[in-house]
Amino acid sequence: MRNALLIAGRELRSYLRSPLGWIVASAMLLLDGLLFQVGAMGGAKLSAQVLADFFYYASGITMIGAIALSMRLIAHEREKGTLVLINTAPIRDWEIIGGKFIALFTFIVGVTLLTAYMPALIFVNGKVSVAHILVGYGGIVLLAAAAISIGLFASAFARTQVIAAVLGAAILGVMLLLWMAAKVADPPVSSFVLALALHHERQRAFMNGVLRLDNVVYYVAVTYFFLLAAIKTMEARRWR
Amino acid sequence: MPRLFLSPTNPKRAAVIEIQALTKYYGDRKAVGPLSFSIAKGEIVGLLGLNGAGKTTTLRILACDLLPSSGSVRVDGLDVVDNPDDVRARVGYLPDHPPLYDEMTVAEYLLFAAKIRGLSGAEARKRVDEVTSATALRSVRDDVISTLSHGFRQRVGIAQAIVHKPQLLVLDEPISGLDPVQIVEMRELVRNLRHEHTTLISSHFLSEISETCDRLLVLRDGEIVASGTEEELSTRLLEGGSIIVTVRGDGAHAKRLLSSIKGVRSVEVGDGAHRGGVTTLRIDAERDIREDACRTLVLADIGILELTRSERELESIFLTLARPEGRAENGARA
Repeated sequence: MRNALLIAGRELRSYLRSPLGWIVASAMLLLDGLLFQVGAMGGAKLSAQVLADFFYYASGITMIGAIALSMRLIAHEREKGTLVLINTAPIRDWEIIGGKFIALFTFIVGVTLLTAYMPALIFVNGKVSVAHILVGYGGIVLLAAAAISIGLFASAFARTQVIAAVLGAAILGVMLLLWMAAKVADPPVSSFVLALALHHERQRAFMNGVLRLDNVVYYVAVTYFFLLAAIKTMEARRWR
Repeated sequence: MPRLFLSPTNPKRAAVIEIQALTKYYGDRKAVGPLSFSIAKGEIVGLLGLNGAGKTTTLRILACDLLPSSGSVRVDGLDVVDNPDDVRARVGYLPDHPPLYDEMTVAEYLLFAAKIRGLSGAEARKRVDEVTSATALRSVRDDVISTLSHGFRQRVGIAQAIVHKPQLLVLDEPISGLDPVQIVEMRELVRNLRHEHTTLISSHFLSEISETCDRLLVLRDGEIVASGTEEELSTRLLEGGSIIVTVRGDGAHAKRLLSSIKGVRSVEVGDGAHRGGVTTLRIDAERDIREDACRTLVLADIGILELTRSERELESIFLTLARPEGRAENGARA
C-alpha cells in the first residue's frame, strides 16, 4: 500500500504542477457553472428539480474530465519512457494501478466538490434537503470512479495517449448508450442491457436523492472489473 | 569471423551476474542468444555492439523489464523469472533515455526513486544527500529537471540507479550524446562507483568505454563474439597494427631507426609533421613493436613525447568483431 500511496502522491503533484491539471479543473468548473446557470436554473422549477438538473450536468462533465485525464495515466509514462522507473522497481502491478487510480480519483473528487457552492445557492430562494445533495454527490463520485477505471484500463492497454483516449471514450460511449440498445431489445434481454447502462437509470436515482444499494453495487462492480482488467493488462505488458 | 574469449571472470570472486544459454525472441525474430557469461563482484564490464546487436535487450532482461524466452539469468544467485522483485531491489538500471519526471526537482525525484525501491523516509533522505554528492548534483538538487542540461540529466539518471545501493548497476549507453568534457566526467563518475557496485555498461563505441571497463564483451547478432581486455583483444586481432610515435626533432633519424626494427612494414611522417620542434610518425608493423620502438629511440637519445596505438585501429578491432558479415559485404560494395 505504501508504494501505491507513493505513486499516487507523485501523480497528484504532477497535476498541480502541469498546466493540464489546471486547465482540466478550470474547464470543468467553468462548464459546471455555466450549465448550472443556464440549464439547471433556467425557467420556473422546483428546487429539487434544479438540484437534479445540476447533478445531471455535473455527472457528464465529471465523466469527460475523468476520461481526459485518465488517458495519460499509463500511456503517457510509456510514451515518455518514465514507466521504466516503475517497471524496474520492486512494486506490484496492483500498487501501480492502485496508485494511479487514487491520484486521479482524489483530483476529480476534489474538483467536483469545488462545485458545492452551486447547490448551496439553491438555499437562497428555495429549499432542498442536505441528504439529497449528499446522495447526488455520492452518485457523481461513484460514476467518476467507474469512468477513471475505464480510462485507466484503456491507458494500460494502449501504446499511446491518443489510442488510450479513443479506446476509453469508445468503452464509455458504449456503456452510456446501452439504454438505447435496451429500447430495441425484447425482454428479458432489454432489462439486462438496461441494467448495464452506466448513466441513464443508475444516475437518475442519485440525482433525485434516492440512495439504492443496487446502484452502489453496480458502480463498485464496474470500477472493480476495469481496475482488475487494468492490473492484468499491466502485468502482461510489464513482464514479457 | 573470429571469436575470441580471453580473461574469463575471476573464479575466486563471487559472480553477481550468471547468464546461461539466454535467448530472447520478438515473435519469430531472435534478438539475443544463445548467450552465456558471468560477471564477478566489483567488476566493470563493457557490453559492446552495433545497433541491433542485442545489448539493450540483454540489459532489460537483467533489470527485470523483459522476460527471457529461455535460459537462465541469475543476479546475486536469484533467478530473474522466479524472483523478479528481489532482483529489482538489487539492480540499478539506467535506460538509454533516463526515466525522468520533468516537473519534479532533482531532490524530489531521487527521494521518490529511493522510496519506491523500499528505502524508509529517513534512509531515503540520507541516500539522496549521498548520491547528489557522489554524482556532483548538489548545485542543482533543487532545480526542476526540465531545466537541466543533457549532461546533468544523465547524472540524475545515474543517481536514481544507485540511490538504493544496488549490488548491480546496469547502464545503457550512459555516455551517448555527451560533450567531451561531460564524457570525461562521466567516465570518472563510473570509475568511482566501482567500490560499491558491480557495473555493466553498454555502448556502440569502443573508445567510449574501453578506458572505464575492466573487461569487454563484444556482441553481434545477439551472441558474444569476443571477450577480454582491450589490450588482449587488440594484441590478438591486430597482431601489430599501427602505432603513433611523437618525438622531438625533425624525425628523420627516428624514422631510420624505427624502419630498421624487425617486423616494421613502413614508417610515415604524419600530417602536420615537425610542428613546434616535434614530429609525429605512424608505424605500420606486422607485430606489436611498441617495446622495441621505445627501447630503440631511448638508446638513440631521441625524446619520446608519446607512443600509442592508433585509435583508428582500436575502433577497427571492434568493427571487425561486431559488424555482421552481411553489413561488411554491403559496405564493401558501397
